[in-house]
Parts: sequence; C-alpha cells; structure tokens
Amino acid sequence: MSERNRELLNLFVVGMLTALGFASVYIARQSEVSTGSLSYAAFFFGLYLVAHFVARYAVPNADPYLLPMAALLTAVGVTEIYRLNPDNAFKQGLWIVIAVGVFVATLLVLRRDYRVLESYKYLFGLGALFLLVLPALPGIGTTVNGARLWVRAGPLQFQPGELAKLALIVFLAGYLREKREVIAQGRLKDLGPLLVIWGGAMLVLVETNDLGSGLLYFGVFLAMLYVATARFTYVLAGAVLFIVGSAGVYKISEHVRDRVDVWLNAFKYAHTTGYQIVQARYSIAHGGFGGTGLGHGIFTQPGSSDTLIPYLNTDFIFAALAQELGLIGAAGLVLVYMLFVARGFRIALLANDGFSKLLAVGLTSAFALQSFIIIGGIVGIIPLTGITMPFVSYGGSSVVANFVLLAGLMLISNRANTERGES
Amino acid sequence: MNRQITRLAVCTIVLLSALIVGTTYWQTFAVAGLADRQDNALASVAQFTVDRGKIYTGHRRVLLATNVKKKVAGQTYYFRKYPNGYLAPHVVGYSTQSRSRAGLERSQNDYLTGANGDISSVTKHELDKLTGVTIKGNDIDLALNVRAQETAVRQLRGKCGAAVVIQPQTGRILALASSPTYNPNAVEKSFSAITRIRTAACPFAAPLLNRATQGLYPPGSTFKVVTASAALDSGAFTPSSTFYDPGYCEEYGKRVSNAGNPESPETFGTVTLAQGLQHSINSVFCNVGKRIGAGKILDYAERFGFYKSPDVELPADAQSPSGLYRKHKPYKPKHPEFQVDPGRLAFGQERLLVTPLQMAMVASTVANGGVLMQPHLIDDVRAPDGSIVHRVRPHKVRRVISATTANQLTQMMESVVTGGTATNLQIPGVRLAGKTGTAETNVNGKYDTWFIAFAPAEKPEVAVAVALENQTGFGATTAGPIAKSLVEAILRQRSNT
Repeated sequence: MSERNRELLNLFVVGMLTALGFASVYIARQSEVSTGSLSYAAFFFGLYLVAHFVARYAVPNADPYLLPMAALLTAVGVTEIYRLNPDNAFKQGLWIVIAVGVFVATLLVLRRDYRVLESYKYLFGLGALFLLVLPALPGIGTTVNGARLWVRAGPLQFQPGELAKLALIVFLAGYLREKREVIAQGRLKDLGPLLVIWGGAMLVLVETNDLGSGLLYFGVFLAMLYVATARFTYVLAGAVLFIVGSAGVYKISEHVRDRVDVWLNAFKYAHTTGYQIVQARYSIAHGGFGGTGLGHGIFTQPGSSDTLIPYLNTDFIFAALAQELGLIGAAGLVLVYMLFVARGFRIALLANDGFSKLLAVGLTSAFALQSFIIIGGIVGIIPLTGITMPFVSYGGSSVVANFVLLAGLMLISNRANTERGES
Repeated sequence: MNRQITRLAVCTIVLLSALIVGTTYWQTFAVAGLADRQDNALASVAQFTVDRGKIYTGHRRVLLATNVKKKVAGQTYYFRKYPNGYLAPHVVGYSTQSRSRAGLERSQNDYLTGANGDISSVTKHELDKLTGVTIKGNDIDLALNVRAQETAVRQLRGKCGAAVVIQPQTGRILALASSPTYNPNAVEKSFSAITRIRTAACPFAAPLLNRATQGLYPPGSTFKVVTASAALDSGAFTPSSTFYDPGYCEEYGKRVSNAGNPESPETFGTVTLAQGLQHSINSVFCNVGKRIGAGKILDYAERFGFYKSPDVELPADAQSPSGLYRKHKPYKPKHPEFQVDPGRLAFGQERLLVTPLQMAMVASTVANGGVLMQPHLIDDVRAPDGSIVHRVRPHKVRRVISATTANQLTQMMESVVTGGTATNLQIPGVRLAGKTGTAETNVNGKYDTWFIAFAPAEKPEVAVAVALENQTGFGATTAGPIAKSLVEAILRQRSNT
C-alpha cells in the first residue's frame, strides 16, 4: 500500500472516532447542544480530506501517520472544547480551517525544496527575536495569567511566541549545520552569535515572565546542539546554566516563586496560588480508571457556567479530558504524542542532509517538550507553566503553529523517503 | 548524527512515559484521598449526581430526607428535601451545596452515596459509572420513635435545652431533640436567617448546635446517681447507711450548705443514704464523697461513659465527652485525691460538665440492671434493592454496676417520685424512677435544670434525660414534666399495641 493510501485509511479511522466523540457528547448533553454537533465530524473529515489530497500532490512520499495523528488530536481537542463550550468550539473550528490552510500553503510553497530556508537563517533568527519582543512592548502586549505573551490587535489576540519557536528552530538548524564542526571544537569565537541570540531570547523570556516557554526553548536548543555536535558536555553545561538561571529567576520573580512553591506542595496552597492545580487534580482523580464518559464530566457548579478550574479549555484541557476519558483515554492520548514524537525522530534519522536532520530534531523536540511541560505540570512532575497542549488546547496561534510544524516534518519526510526510493 | 538522534529519541520517550506514570498516580492511588478532601468542589458537586439514599424512621414509615430531581445544563442532580424537617434536624442534619453537610448526612455520607467500602458496592459503583447509570445510595432507617420525638420537639419549643430518650435494653435512641431548632430545608437558600434566630430563653440561641450531644451543662444533683452507684457498688455503703445532716457538710474547714438559703439551709437530721437521694441532700453526698474519694467517683463516672465520646453515629465533632472540664477541655486529674474537691464532686458541682445524652446513658444503665448498652440512632441501612447492607445490633459496652446495686438504685430513684423531690411527676399506674437536678449558673437566680428518669421501674422500657438552660424553677417543675410526657409517649404506644 502506498504511503498516501495508508494515510487515507488512517484518516477514515480518525473520522469515525471523531463522529463517535461528537455523537457521545450529543447523546450526553442533548438538552444543551444541537444536532449540529454531528455535522462537526463530517466537516472535519472533509477538511482533512482536503489536506490529504494536497499532501498527495505536494508530498506523495511523506510519512503517512503524522497527518492522521494530528487530525486525531485536534478532533479530541475540539470535541472536548465543544463539550465545555459550543461557541468556543466554533471559533476553534475556524482556527483549524485557517491552520489547515496555512499547512496546505506551506506544503505547496516549499514542495520543491524546503532547504532554501537555510539561506535565510539569520532572517529567521532576527524574526524570531522580533516576535518574542513583541508582547513585551508597551501598547500592543497584554498580560494574561501573569505572563506577557499576547499581542492584541483590535479583537484579535495572538501569541507570537508560537511562531517565534518555529523561526528559531529554522535558524538553529541552519546555523548549527554550518558551524557544527567548529562549535564541536569548542572555540568561543564560533559560539558567539549563538550565545548572543540565546542570551537575547532568554532575557526576553524573563521579561515576559514565561518560564514554560523558557524551558521549551532551552530544551530544544540543547537537543539540537547535542545532535549537531555530539558533545554531551554542552548539554551538561547548558543544564547547569539553566538551573542557575532558574534559581535567579526564582529569587526575582514572585510569579515563578509561587509556581515552584505550589509544585512542591500544591495542597498547602489549595485555596490560593495552588487552587487551579489542586482543582485540576480533583478533576483527574474524579475520572478514575474509565472516566465519566464524554459529556458526563463535572466542571461547574450546578447551574453555573464558570468552570471550577480556570483556563480549563486551554492550559488545563488535559484535566478535563482525563476526567471524561479516564486513565485509559488520558494514557492513550499521551501514547499518541509518543507515537508522533517517535515518527518525528524517525524522519530525522532517515533524512540525508544535516539541515534536514537538525530541522526534524528541532521540530520534534519542540513538540515533545511542549507536551511534556504542560501535562507534566498538571500531573506534578515539574512546576506548572501555562502553555498549550499541542493540537488539543483551545487557541488559534498554537493550532496554526503546530500545523506548520506538521507541514515541516512532512516535507522533510517526503524528501528523505523520495531519495531513499531513488537510490 | 544518527547515534545522537537515537539517544535523544530514547530520552524523550522516557520523559513522555513519565506522564503516563503521573496520570496513573492521580487516577488510581490518589483517588480515595482526594475525593475525601473538604475543599474538593468537584467531588461535592459529583455527590449531587448520586441519587442519595433516603432517611426514614419508624421502620420506614416516616420519611425524614428525600431528593428532588433537577436537570441543570444537561446534568441531572439530586437535591435534598426534608419532608418532616422540624422533627429531627439535629439528628438528620443537612446536605447542601452552599453549607456542605451536617448530622447523619455528613457522618453517613458514604452509605448515603453508595460509596461504602465493601467490594460488591465498589464494583457496582464503577460499573454504573462506566455505563452512565445513576448511582443510587443506600437508605437509612432510624430508631427514632415518631411520637416521642414529636413530643420532645413540641415540649422543648420556646425553651433552651435538649431531651434524649433511650431504650435501656438495646441502646436504641428513641428521641433526641435540641432547642432552639432550625428548618433544614432553609439551610441552602436562607442560611443567614438561621444564624439570626434569637430566643429570649437563652443567651446564645445557636440553633445548629446539637445540645443533646454537644451541650455541656453542670449535672447538678442528677450526678448523685453516679455517686450513689460508686458508694453502693464499691461496698462502702448500703442504702440504709445513716448520716447526720446538720444542713451542711464541712470540707477543708469550710461549710458546704444544702440547697436553699445558705443562712438557713434545709436540715434533715439523721437520714439514710436512700433518703439522701430521695430528698437530694447535699451534705449526705458530700460525706459520701469524702469517704470514698474523688478517684472512686470518677472511676464509676468513666464506667458510665464519661471522658469518652458517646460514639453515636453522628459526626465525631458533634459529640462532646462529659467529665471534669478545665479551660474548655476535658480534664482527667492524675491525682484526684488532692486535685478534686470530693464533696462538691459527689453532689455534682466542682467543674463537672455533662451532655444530656450522657445522663440518659446513666439512667438507661441503671434501668438495664447495671449494663450500659451502646446508644445508637440507626436501625439499619438498606441497598436500593431492599437488601440489608448494615444492621445495628444491640451492643453491650460493659457492666457498670452490679445488678444488686442497680436494683437498690432503682428503688431509691423510685422514692424520689413517690415521696421525694419529684412527687409532682407521678404517673398513675406506672412506677417511675427518677432524679432531679438544679444546677446554679453564673447568673444569680438562673439554673440549668435536669430530670433523668426511667419506667416502669419493675421492667424498664424507656430511659430519658431532659436538660433546660436558664430556668428560674427547679428540675422537678421545669425539666420534669417534659421527661414525664416523654415516658408517657412511649408507654402509651405499648399499651395501644
């Protein structure tokens, strides 16, 4: 079976799952939601068919599992968002349409050779920095939940950090490909531009008060540096730097201090700074092994529309899913993330040139780390930071960025598989 | 680069696996602990999706707590309604969203929500959850006797105090009422109105307080029954032991007077121990206390259940132990022989504080031939299909005094009614045994008054204790008539059936 037929088959399965998901929400909440909910499944299936056919044309040999997994995750997300608030699901649906549009555009534009990006690496680096600084600028930036991450333009809110992440990965892949030998020799001179860009990025992150993104960027950076140079000492040095830096931030920033204190003993702060996380754990625990079932979870006081957990459909959507789908569903979700990551690294292994390998490593690590940081924060493995759960959380910028990431991996995969076929 | 990529991939997958471990922890091991936490808003909402068990009394004939089904935002909730809310709010309590729970609704929450731990109900619970079937709780049937409970509520109305009725042979609590009372149906929506309840009868109305199990009052002369138990059971005295009463008793070189005006107290001359109880003569008991010592009296008090929670099915923090108190805490002296004034202790002063339930247990023990039965409110718990989940059987706590002592005490307490301090309480055709109590309070001329009793003396079927706050009369004229009508309420039903 060809790669694309396999993809189509997988998409059918995902389409059926989506239909089942919306159907169960509909059955559970008939009084609340309309039969329109059932058309959601058909609509998304149609949308992914479009993506599939573009992929058939643009990247015929790309990995056949990535798109269905992304489709599955967005479907799970939009089903849960729909269950929590149908209006939000409609907005999220629009964002997914835009995201698939961007995905299609990315595939079409870069289908001949995405490696042209390498020649613009410094442009990407500067672009990333610009995007990161944007929310910190007075006037256009807004603070949400203690972190300055947002840019507001009229009714639109946008998180430029999501795109900055991708731009930085392109820059790093290009830069590290070019300099990897000399950097591996450890001459300070060659590390210079790298450190400058990274120093800048970290400063911006401290300024914007967003530790989660800091951890994400630094982790991706270390992963790429390690793969490029094969020098484990760099990873160690980086980790030490990060810990020292974090300790510094802990001292300066009350926001970060609260987060760490809550991480160490959430229940002590159950009524204050730990409220969210403690309520999120109650939600997870209430799901138990089998979950309450879609539509049967408890998220509000009877008759109230305010959820017991703030930011339930963005940062805490995992807590909602874990309650309704139970341990089986939550673990299944994590397994999908794991499979996605495994496919990503496989693409990196199969890619033939350094830039492609590094780009695939960067994109995959970013995806993996982001999933780890948000879910790990909720289940208490690391301090909580509010970032989105890839493909699942409510939020436009995140969905668009993740579809671009998906397009990137598929482009790399297509090239690698095509070359393998030829040789 | 491939070696590094492989290593990185392995590390990343391990990292992500940790998420599954973390989730598993919260969804399996941590579940029980989290669900019990008071601040778990979700669990408390979730409990309203359970078709909570009903609470009945009188062999499922009278409904005390039931549910009103309401559909809100697609979810079915079961809210509590108390059809006979006036009857036993201090026993049943309430289960609300805004004020959480109280009474049996709190202490028996696991039974009522079907979350009691036996394996078959747990399995059924999980299956119901998976299949989306509404979970049904277990029904509780109480031992409360409706006629007696109604009498208690009616008779206490407008007063401050409590009444407890116990079946001596079984420990079943046939009535338990506290006044001022409140309407449990109003807790959810107009709680502030309950907190504003005031009454002229007592300085602090506190309608939510269960005075029967939490109200601590000086026992006054009712404690003489405990002292007499110690005196007779230890063999130090017999009912016919004689005393000379000059109207006072000398302790530590000071006079402790009998009841009445301290300048000219009642004097009885030469009397027996039995007459001492009959006429409630302080000097007699003062001398008894000096002879047998405070330690002995406290030992017997402890055997009657003092210094321990009575352990009825109500929440633990809604039951106070009785005993000597110091700084609002039970105080058990290590060396009672010189830490406690034995004379005052013997007739119920010192720093003694007791609950009406404890004094009912004292009366009930004497009535039951000296054996204390565990008092209990619940008869049985039934699953929705009617099968018995839990049945409360009579449980003997201990033999407190010998049958002989109990017999002698019964005769002495009978004489209180036939020719002592409570002659106004005689019931034609029924041999009533009782003991009055009138305890001074901080306010001059105001007393906490008591009557404890049981009947019929030859074969007791009912034991009662009534305590009233802030009274100007004596125990026999204030608490006594209430106790009498409670005894009658029980005995009349027996003759009817």
